Amino acid sequence: MNRLLLNKIILVLSTLSAILGIGFLFWILITLTYKGLSAINLDIFTHDLVNGGIRNLLIGQFTMALIASALAVPIGMFAGIWLREYSNNSKLAFVIRNLSDIMMSAPSIVIGVFVFAIFVDPFGSYNGFAGIIALTIMMIPIIINTTDNMLALVPKELREAGIALGGSKHKIILQIVIKAAKVGITTGVLLSFARIIGETAPLLFTSANNQFFTMDLTGQFPSLTVSIYNLATYPDEQSRQLAWGASFVLTVIVLAINLAGRYLTRHKK
Amino acid sequence: MGGKLFRNFSFLSATISFFILIGIFSILFLYAQDAISEFGIDFLFSDEWEVDEDDEDLGVFGGLIPIVGTMLSTLIAMVIATPIAMGIAIFLTEIAHKSLIKPVSIAIELLAAIPSIIYGMWGLFYFAPVVQSTFGGNGVGLLTAGIVLAIMIIPFMSAITRDAMNSVPDVLKESAYAMGATKFEVIKDVVMPYAKGGIIGSIILALGRALGETMAVAFLIGSVMSLPQKVTDPTTSIPVLLANNFAEAQGLEMSSMYYLALILFVVSFIIISIAKFLFLRKEVK
Repeated sequence: MNRLLLNKIILVLSTLSAILGIGFLFWILITLTYKGLSAINLDIFTHDLVNGGIRNLLIGQFTMALIASALAVPIGMFAGIWLREYSNNSKLAFVIRNLSDIMMSAPSIVIGVFVFAIFVDPFGSYNGFAGIIALTIMMIPIIINTTDNMLALVPKELREAGIALGGSKHKIILQIVIKAAKVGITTGVLLSFARIIGETAPLLFTSANNQFFTMDLTGQFPSLTVSIYNLATYPDEQSRQLAWGASFVLTVIVLAINLAGRYLTRHKK
Repeated sequence: MGGKLFRNFSFLSATISFFILIGIFSILFLYAQDAISEFGIDFLFSDEWEVDEDDEDLGVFGGLIPIVGTMLSTLIAMVIATPIAMGIAIFLTEIAHKSLIKPVSIAIELLAAIPSIIYGMWGLFYFAPVVQSTFGGNGVGLLTAGIVLAIMIIPFMSAITRDAMNSVPDVLKESAYAMGATKFEVIKDVVMPYAKGGIIGSIILALGRALGETMAVAFLIGSVMSLPQKVTDPTTSIPVLLANNFAEAQGLEMSSMYYLALILFVVSFIIISIAKFLFLRKEVK
């Protein structure tokens, strides 16, 4: 075949792929907005699921994701600091770095099964803590990865300047290195928060769901995503409507956090 | 003093992924023990899933149907996603005008950020009818699940492939252009060989993703315990079976579910390890 023609064909196909990808994004966003907006009104934000609203679900979902972040961010950051600042790139660091990368891609449903076995089964009931633990397990490897990568971008000279000033190692890390990597790490935290706030599979049989407003983490805990799954499969139109409304709200939250994270690092690259 | 504490706490945190991983392996293995000793390796090849009528703790269980469902839906997704993701990566690295690269990249990355449950719902109400009118069947089934799964992994795959292609030094491409090569020839003979590791790695990582995806598939695969005869037939997959039936199971059925979870975990672990160690080796800076 004519090589110029083949060239044209491939270039056209590649461009079509990009158009197709963007086309799907718009198809999803437009149907979601169309269905979602018609289901959204002030009432659903002021009522709990039991009364046809999503107030308790939003609060529940955010509560679990925020507590999970409060656990995962410090642990993940400390781990990333060890990998980059203390490990001297030893064999052990190599193993840990790769294991946490593998954990990052572990199927979320399996994490749900694992947490069910250790935090639900022994206590005999679904509970909010179990949901939090599942989300924390999902989040830690992402934070480790981000911290590790962002600290790698901090120039060696900054650390050397700290040493020259007579700073101790942990002071240099806390006051110089982390500060220099602050924006990148913040973006990573926001992106991983956006990821776990939209998770469903790890919550299905850990925190499960609750129709009522509750802050009691020892019992079933309300979840926006689990509710969407349940509502969407009910036959009645009202439940489906609410599922669309909830999906729209969830997507807006997730994409907004994502864009905010990207906005922070807009000058980079 | 404080320095030592800081260092030790950092080290302790770093080991956590290791302990979680070991924990997941051992717990799944422990809880799957009953099913493993009862059915052994035959579990993988039996399509029976029957709770005993007299004793709900007993029964005959085999994982063939969800295993086949998982493999086929992933296969469909990979066949569709790989060429499109490559196309997008080529578009972003070699074709797009500078002003287009950023918005298209952001759009693709946003597509990756949408929670899987949204894909599931959208797929059920908007995409399943399209599949039904085009290919027949009743809307939900292997094909619908596979296509939506493809849409989900495309952004992920194209992002890693794009990064791999971007790492090709310009001077290599320029020498090829200077020899009179067309864009496609440069891509085929310079970019692809140079970025091969990253590209294959991205495909394998996406495969790992597709295998473990739960919510989107749960809406779309039909959740029926039967082997598909046609590509449009409903069936089930390991994550979907777990999502829908795990919590209500008991006794040997529960143990069989743990067995399936263990299989899924081990397979993903192996696949991701292959991608990481063989193709995406992190250069230690």
